[in-house]
Amino acid sequence: MTVELTIGFLPLVDACLPILAREHGFAEEEGLSLRLVKDMSWATVLDRLLYGHSDAAHLIAPLAIATTLGRGRPAQPLVAPFVLGLNGNAITLAPGLAREVCGEGHGLGDPRKVGEALRTIALARANAGKPLTFGVVHRYSSHNYMLRYWLAACGIRPDQDVEIRTVAPPFCAEALELGEVDGICVGEPWNSVAVEKGAGEIVLSTSQIWRRGVEKVLAMREPVLEEKREAVLRLIRALCRAAAHFVDPVNWETNAAILARSEYLDGAPELIRRAIADQLLIARGGAMIHYPDFMFQYREAANFPWVSQAEWLYTQMVRWDGLDYAREDAGKAARVFRPDIYRAALLGTGEPLPGASSKVEGSLAGPTVVGTQQGLITLESNAFFDGLVFDPQDVQGYLAQLP
Amino acid sequence: MRIAIVDESAARASIMEEGLSTLEDCELIVITERRGMLARMAAIDPDIVLMNLGNPSRDMLEEYFAVSRALARPIAMFVDEADDESIVASVEAGVSSYVVDGLSAGRIRPILDLAITRFNAFARLQNDLAEARGKLAERELVDKAKRILMESKGLPEPKAYAELRKAAMDQGKRIVNIAEAVVTAHQLMGGA
Repeated sequence: MTVELTIGFLPLVDACLPILAREHGFAEEEGLSLRLVKDMSWATVLDRLLYGHSDAAHLIAPLAIATTLGRGRPAQPLVAPFVLGLNGNAITLAPGLAREVCGEGHGLGDPRKVGEALRTIALARANAGKPLTFGVVHRYSSHNYMLRYWLAACGIRPDQDVEIRTVAPPFCAEALELGEVDGICVGEPWNSVAVEKGAGEIVLSTSQIWRRGVEKVLAMREPVLEEKREAVLRLIRALCRAAAHFVDPVNWETNAAILARSEYLDGAPELIRRAIADQLLIARGGAMIHYPDFMFQYREAANFPWVSQAEWLYTQMVRWDGLDYAREDAGKAARVFRPDIYRAALLGTGEPLPGASSKVEGSLAGPTVVGTQQGLITLESNAFFDGLVFDPQDVQGYLAQLP
Repeated sequence: MRIAIVDESAARASIMEEGLSTLEDCELIVITERRGMLARMAAIDPDIVLMNLGNPSRDMLEEYFAVSRALARPIAMFVDEADDESIVASVEAGVSSYVVDGLSAGRIRPILDLAITRFNAFARLQNDLAEARGKLAERELVDKAKRILMESKGLPEPKAYAELRKAAMDQGKRIVNIAEAVVTAHQLMGGA
């Protein structure tokens, strides 16, 4: 019997997997009928999830943890049994500022060098009482955490030297154009939209800050997972097949056209295809560059919800919300990611399953074969640009090391 | 009590405003412009914010409430934890609300209920409107088909209409479907 699942999403390229699972029949083959509900803000996606309008949602990973911990609203336990993708975001600065920190005719910058140049300007602007302002899509987003991680590591103190505020993705280009913000950290296609308008130039991809940074997850309420466990397992299998389809170059054109449709992203197929292909037009009239693994949707068991990723996000929440590290909260945050469900769904399929549920984030400099429960996995570099390593066994030690 | 109504649809905002204006001791401020919203919000300093669920500025506004105002006057989403039913009803209706902490549920509830009712009324109105538009479009199509028949077959108007109706009855279709076929055929044959 076909089970209907309703999934909420925001019109972003990384909402691709549920959309393609539906459009290519992967869900149907698993006996699922997916109903996709588009919204324009994460607050609404979350409302629908919490009040039963949707069974699951495409969600920024930190928001799933913040909701579980009751940050900003009454706590409700959410779970994330599947990661919808890593990275795929970029930092885009107003053209003048971009050229100041990267030079004329720049490509993607070097995070260290760009940070150094930006620091001089940021401090001067702060002293002049007109601090640089950055827009991020949500305070509980990886965009916010990646941007802050990078700034802080370069000696720019978020909230003191620069201002960071929330701008909805569709308004990012406009905010740059009007000078409301000097830079944005947002997912595709919104950087490219700003570039096309001449409102901004891309200076960094977030994958340069953390080579394998967790981005969106499939989130649901814990009771929903318990009630609809079988359907969720099937959904995970369908999403995995969609992920394999998504990264195959043969399908890029077709998938870009599907995602561009009005009921999904309602955007330009060409811009979407570029993101899928890891291509970025840095500046209007400039060269197209190819940055491998800009988006990361499938290889290396990318969809596996590593508990250590959830724990890292918790460290950033502690850091930027000015909280004290709390063992109990750290545990709750860690349990949001559910590798057990991922494994249950994919055991016996061709998908590789890691042997461990946690790893030391940022520790790999090059390809490393890791132990698996099934299949082969070679993890490539997962480094943070500043060389710091997050060991989930020593969260407090890690927090103490951060600037 | 000061209530800010935030909606990019000016029509819906005014329907809300009209509904809430029956409440006593309430000052209503409507914001339909996204630009400068935070500055206006700061100036208005509302006790309650009612906002359409689909408004893309929600994340921005929630952050503003969470960060900028946290110390002065915390604003809570909805009423309180116990009010799940009205929350479900408001999500259902498509309205989200932010309420200054410390306002009693007794004061908030009637406002929220009214907001939900007005939102639902607006949705019904929109459906009616869409239906009316559909009917209007249908009538135009039939008129066009009639004119084609009048010109091409030299029929008077009542006769042209009778032909359309007869074809519809014979084929068990709606008259508008026949009209559509006539217009399409006419276009394919090079007519305007």
